[in-house]
Amino acid sequence: MLISEQKPLEEILGYLDGEQKIFLVGCRGCAEGCKSGGEIQVEEMKHKLEEKGKTVIGQTMFDMVCDEPLVKVKMNQLKAKIEPADSLLILCCGVGVQTLAAATDKVVHPGCNTISLGGAHAEWREAERCLECGDCVLDYTGGLCPVARCSKHLLNGPCGGSQDEKCEVNPDIPCVWHLIVERLTKLGRLDKLEEVKGPKNWSVSLIGGPPTTR
Amino acid sequence: MKSKSNLEKVLEAGQFAVTGEIGPPTSADPEVIRKKAKLLRGCVDAFNVTDGQTAVVRMSSWAACLVGRDEGLEPTLQMTCRDRNRIALQMDILGAAALGINNILCLTGDHQIFGNHPESKGVYDLDSIQLIKVIKDMRDEKKFQCGDEMAVEPRVFIGAAANPFADPFDFRDLRLAKKVKAGADFVQTQIIYNVDKFVEWMKRVRDKGLHQRVNILAGVAPIKSVGAARYMQSKVPGMDVPDAVVERLRGVPKEEVSKEGTKLCVDIINQVREIEGVAGVHLMAIEWEEVVQEICEAAGLLPRPS
Repeated sequence: MLISEQKPLEEILGYLDGEQKIFLVGCRGCAEGCKSGGEIQVEEMKHKLEEKGKTVIGQTMFDMVCDEPLVKVKMNQLKAKIEPADSLLILCCGVGVQTLAAATDKVVHPGCNTISLGGAHAEWREAERCLECGDCVLDYTGGLCPVARCSKHLLNGPCGGSQDEKCEVNPDIPCVWHLIVERLTKLGRLDKLEEVKGPKNWSVSLIGGPPTTR
Repeated sequence: MKSKSNLEKVLEAGQFAVTGEIGPPTSADPEVIRKKAKLLRGCVDAFNVTDGQTAVVRMSSWAACLVGRDEGLEPTLQMTCRDRNRIALQMDILGAAALGINNILCLTGDHQIFGNHPESKGVYDLDSIQLIKVIKDMRDEKKFQCGDEMAVEPRVFIGAAANPFADPFDFRDLRLAKKVKAGADFVQTQIIYNVDKFVEWMKRVRDKGLHQRVNILAGVAPIKSVGAARYMQSKVPGMDVPDAVVERLRGVPKEEVSKEGTKLCVDIINQVREIEGVAGVHLMAIEWEEVVQEICEAAGLLPRPS
């Protein structure tokens, strides 16, 4: 079980600032199990967003958003429905957000924080991982996780060791910040990175042992 | 003046600044620092002391800074985010300022895998840009990162690094802009061998007006041998050594290569100082401090302002 919980609505609305048409995605796997992104929560989110003046142009449920081939096939089928959307709001774990980001050129926003993977990791260990940091930054980074995939957990862009799209630590490791810059450039959202991202709250992660603040 | 720094004074006066660099020893021997410091004395406005470069255990930067200062040089404390969390970093900032260290250069740090303790746990609680902001808030707002206030603030001149040669190139001026926004007062760049690329980067920097908001010191270094040039060309991430540089060194008799390497350094200094927005040079003659005076003399950088 990958445990996630919904982010505060204010944070989500901050992500959606300047966007009108939203497409919602939920997951019938773990997110339904922990009531952060099941059918009911997606429906609730729809109403909350509509109350705040947003237009929810569609919604869909995946059986397992972490199932990469399934997601790619289904996203292909949904292409026409998703096309008019300004962005996708994803209610599930960080792995699922990254799977969807890899399957669409639309902006994806995480609607949840992943607080513990309960010991189970997803299938693509090198490619799409979640470190259970408890304070998801995938909105800022275009759906690619620097906490799990940057060797130095950097939050403000690639370090001086990024070369030829690779990490200085090992030529087999892609520089995730290179990928982030590339994706945000493609989405026309590179300006997001102009913000100086402040120090991360590690107390909600598992870094210091079992979580104590929740 | 934001600090008591000599480097700030030189830059504020509009003089072309020169900074040097010393690597502390892998032992408790202060003589190594004293010897190197004597070679730099009178040639530089301040000298950086590296903080466990390449992740190898060495004498701590702040301690080596004080040894060098006793030789009459102004130290710049390099601080990486690799080995200390925000608690330890802030404690050391207070300690350094209390002991009279007036310049701090903020770095993320070389990854621990490259050093002699590859099994260690990297910290990276903050990144270099966050560290800049933390020091700025301590100095200008008298506030710790958590928001608590302090009675006496650390009056330090805040430095950052910039690598115009790392990828993705299109992001590099934007990254500098973030460092300036976070509070950097001066910037020292990666060693420049590809002057054309540096010129292109500086153009982008000027287009953003960054050269008016931060003092940019161009990084330069002499090359001792053809082997060293080729090593930097192929093995050091984030370094850009054009073939022409290797060819130039290869073109002279073996016993003259190191001389040609210092000449090359002087040539690059002369080229970069002509670029609008370059406020000084940062000369990194690591483990070859003997040539610093010769290079500074040949480049017409002496005497330094007192």
